[in-house]
Amino acid sequence: MLEIKNLHAGVESKAILKGVNLTIQPGEVHAVMGPNGSGKSTLAQILAGREGYEISRGEVIYAGNNLLEMDPEERAREGVFLAFQYPVEIPGVNSTYFLKAALNEIRKHQGQPELDAVEFLALVKQKMKLLDLGEDLLKRPVNEGFSGGEKKRNEIFQMAVLEPKLAILDETDSGLDIDALKIVSNGVNRLKRPDNAQLLITHYQRLLNYIVPDHVHVLFDGRIVRSGGRQLALELEEKGYDWIIREEPQFA
Amino acid sequence: MIATQQNREPKVTDPYLKFFERFEKSRDDGAPSWVFPVRKAALARFAETGFPTPRDEDWRYTNVAPIANLPFRPILDSATRDLSSESVDLFPFARLSGIRLVFVNGTFVPHLSVLPQRNSGVRIKNLKSALVEQQSLLETHLAKLARVEDSPFAALNTAFFQDGAFIHAAPGRSLDEPIVLFFVSTPTDAGNTCHLRNLIVAEKSSRLTVLECYARIGEGTTFTNAVTEAAVGEGATVVYCKFQDESPEAFHVASICAHLGLKCNFTAHSVATGARLSRNNIRVKMDGEGSDCILNGLYLTKGDQLCDHHMIVEHAKPHCNSHEYFNGIMDGRSRGVFHGRILVQPEAQKTDAKQTNKNLLLSDDATANTKPQLEIYADDVKCTHGATVGQLNDDSIFYLRARGIGLDTARRMLIHAFAGEIIERIKCAAARKELDEVIWDRLEQNPHVAERR
Repeated sequence: MLEIKNLHAGVESKAILKGVNLTIQPGEVHAVMGPNGSGKSTLAQILAGREGYEISRGEVIYAGNNLLEMDPEERAREGVFLAFQYPVEIPGVNSTYFLKAALNEIRKHQGQPELDAVEFLALVKQKMKLLDLGEDLLKRPVNEGFSGGEKKRNEIFQMAVLEPKLAILDETDSGLDIDALKIVSNGVNRLKRPDNAQLLITHYQRLLNYIVPDHVHVLFDGRIVRSGGRQLALELEEKGYDWIIREEPQFA
Repeated sequence: MIATQQNREPKVTDPYLKFFERFEKSRDDGAPSWVFPVRKAALARFAETGFPTPRDEDWRYTNVAPIANLPFRPILDSATRDLSSESVDLFPFARLSGIRLVFVNGTFVPHLSVLPQRNSGVRIKNLKSALVEQQSLLETHLAKLARVEDSPFAALNTAFFQDGAFIHAAPGRSLDEPIVLFFVSTPTDAGNTCHLRNLIVAEKSSRLTVLECYARIGEGTTFTNAVTEAAVGEGATVVYCKFQDESPEAFHVASICAHLGLKCNFTAHSVATGARLSRNNIRVKMDGEGSDCILNGLYLTKGDQLCDHHMIVEHAKPHCNSHEYFNGIMDGRSRGVFHGRILVQPEAQKTDAKQTNKNLLLSDDATANTKPQLEIYADDVKCTHGATVGQLNDDSIFYLRARGIGLDTARRMLIHAFAGEIIERIKCAAARKELDEVIWDRLEQNPHVAERR
């Protein structure tokens, strides 16, 4: 589904990603972990199409297409979804209006009929239960005045409505208390299907207690320095990132 | 400039003085005797000051020389009265059923107007009639709030005002339906000037909603100089909403001067899309404890338009709140000007004042001048102000695109939202809906709204 090959990227003259390789198959859940500044969020932003990064080498193939040549909206319509680390407040844009426009753009692109207001509301009500969100949230402008937890739940709610093929969750656990974390994780788990995939980006192991990954990768200084199963995350939790860094000959 | 009595240089105010002499001789409007001295004093003030120049701090960004250079042709009695009610029906607010007063080129047109059927305790009529019929009320209130010292244009208006609306709510009386005032300009000779004068008096515990719509049929270099005074009594609630959509060649200067007593609630909205040069003076004096004042504005400019909002909110008494939100969207070579001054007097402790002005520039040649200003003489107050000038937020655009919404649609959504932030604050639901549609259409007509820059 997603194949990242030798990806080098940075801003201006500063290299951030220095040769990332990662392959994700349908039905898999991958976790990319790493200390601050390792390039985790840059990877997420580049996959979603954020402008301002210079890609110097490598490629990203998504469902057979060159992802890096696609506009952000094309990627979204093809099924790529980024749950933002910092969801943006957009005053004046009503949440329902926004989400219906987004869903219908995606449906149109995928050759499905657009939903009318009634059908959309029925869908939304069903998905809101999943995230334990109040309906008043939909009447408010996008993310405006939402608490940190509400913003994160709203991201996963959008994911539930848009049903992406590849969901990238960028530090979705940060700023969540344990109850909110459970709700969000439960939502993500129920959205898992054999034909879609999830890429979790996180600093802490905590999220992985609730969303169990098939593969864990450690990103350090712009490269994946180790990959393994779930056990790797637990080891990291216990020993810290220093443990891996020390074992890497080039950093030792 | 030094001018001697004899053999002096002609002054820009001379035609005004000459005209006033004729005006004085020809008047037969039945107005009470106290009116003329008021006019005369205002004229004297205007003759003294003349038109403001950019050297005046309050007019720094707005040069009114094009107005001063117009030939002075005040319209005392408009010849154009044959406006059909269908053409009035096309203006915003016209779909609102209920009370309306229609003025064409400054002249009241009774057959296009709808006055209240029954006596609800709210008197609504044209000012000219009120000057004859409600002499003592008018003597108490007229020309008390728009002070001739404050603005040469207010002085000019007081000297020459012809007609306008008079609205008076008796104590405890309310009118739920909005009172709509239409001021229509039709194409006339360059410099034809309407001096419109409105007076709103809301007595103790009354409630009123007044909508002013400045519209035009055809285009022309007209000059509208309007003054609205609002005396808001104890516990009264007044919602005032002004929509200015004059000809793109026209000049428009308007003042709303409000005086708030104890525990009042005053809301004023200004939505401006028209005129080549427009200036809105907003003056509010909070002169009783526990009052709330909300001032909102939205201006859309393009081409060579200039739109200026200049306000002074004076907190004279403690425990009052004033909140101001003004957004401007500028395109072409146009300019948006915002000057907001919050003046907190020593006595006005526990003042809560907030002022925000945001400007969105849609072209490289558009300009925004913004000058929020706090002048505080009390020590226990909460005052904030902020201003931004810029283009659309990249983070917001990316967020929308990352959800599948195309770049052009994302831009349009954000521009509409920027205008919508102000429109949604309009308290009168019917007016809000009408203006929402008008502004939406205007933005959609703008080729830069969806264009990639």
